[in-house]
Amino acid sequence: MQDYSHTYAVVAALLLIGGGIVAGGLAANRGLRPNRPTVEKLTTYECGVDPVGGGWAQSYVRYYVFGYLYVIFAVDAVFLFPWATVFAAPGFGATTLVEMFVFLAFLATGLLYAGRKGVLSWV
Amino acid sequence: MPDLLVIVLKLLAVAAGFAVLPLLIGQAEHKVMAHMQGRLGPMYAGAFHGWAQLVADGVKFAQKEDVVPAAADRRIFKLAPGVALVPYLLVLLVVPVGPHGQVALDLGPGLFFALAVMGVGVIGAIMAGWSSANKYALLGGMRVAAQLMSYELPMVFAASSAAMAAGTLSLSGIVEEWHWWWLPWQAVGAAVFFVAGLAELRRPPFDMPVADSEIIFGPYTEYGGLRFAFFLLAEYAGILVLCALTTVLFLGGWRGPFLDTELGWLWTLVKVFALAFVVIWVRVSYPRMREDQLQRLAWAWLVPLSLAQLALTGAVRVLAA
Repeated sequence: MQDYSHTYAVVAALLLIGGGIVAGGLAANRGLRPNRPTVEKLTTYECGVDPVGGGWAQSYVRYYVFGYLYVIFAVDAVFLFPWATVFAAPGFGATTLVEMFVFLAFLATGLLYAGRKGVLSWV
Repeated sequence: MPDLLVIVLKLLAVAAGFAVLPLLIGQAEHKVMAHMQGRLGPMYAGAFHGWAQLVADGVKFAQKEDVVPAAADRRIFKLAPGVALVPYLLVLLVVPVGPHGQVALDLGPGLFFALAVMGVGVIGAIMAGWSSANKYALLGGMRVAAQLMSYELPMVFAASSAAMAAGTLSLSGIVEEWHWWWLPWQAVGAAVFFVAGLAELRRPPFDMPVADSEIIFGPYTEYGGLRFAFFLLAEYAGILVLCALTTVLFLGGWRGPFLDTELGWLWTLVKVFALAFVVIWVRVSYPRMREDQLQRLAWAWLVPLSLAQLALTGAVRVLAA
């Protein structure tokens, strides 16, 4: 447990360094850059003409089905990692291999089903 | 105490690599693209072949005004470049450059850590796209999200194929298990990983989200000055991280023709820069893909191919044992 927190303390330290680089760069930048905001400058950029409609546009997220698919597949994929480290250990024999093909068959069937339903083709 | 000193030195080395290597890749991109397209490229800054062009660019970016549009979500808008940049620094922490502990942090689940943290970088672009309150930026942010969702999956499958082949998630452990016959055995996985990584970094031909000729610069439309420079730096740092991970997972990391222990860092760098050259080459060679073509490539080709690679890896591993 001590080793574990020690390891991630290094990650946290580097995170702080990274944050420091970005924040320090921007802080130093403050002294170098001009700051003369005007109303025109702060307008949302739309290729030079005045913005049409509100700044928060509505958009149809066409790929939400891909989103669902991704969530389902990714949750499955996470289980691959712990399994990958032990599946070839002696003593399991072909059991883990059969398991793997069952797993892959589920994924492949899911993908095939999604494809046949037509959700994988762009609207 | 010496332990602490070692850790501090390693962290400094990681930060130094993070500061220098992406710039070298950027410089290489200037020159390689210029040669491939039969033009000169930047030639004046610094007299000799324009070597100081990147320095000049940096000075220019640092002098520019930091404009936050009135309509933007201020805090998110200002935070986004940091979120895009810092994760790539964190990934470098677990990338080994040589055997016997020549790695800043030999993390047990290193591969898992690298993939998870790499995905966070994309959030920065999505934050930028959403918080800008600009239509182009919003479209770009949406496309970034779509791309992440489609390409993360084959990338994870291909990476876990390498983990299965090695029987460990530690990046050093994977290189230690590596043999030359992994090259044909894991070839499909390597290709899928690299292509999916390119798509996740939004590099051409997968640069639909930032397509400058149609949605200006996507999520980065409203950015200028140093914050924009951070996004550019994040792109090159991303190339570095992708090439380093591909090297470690599929190309044998520090393994070279001789002196693996002493020159491991050199073999690693040679492989990383060879891959970075391919990244630039691909950018020059292929036209941008359309959004539906992107999705089709991911779901109709990369995901099935990576699943096939998993089956192959598992079968060979169990049957050979």
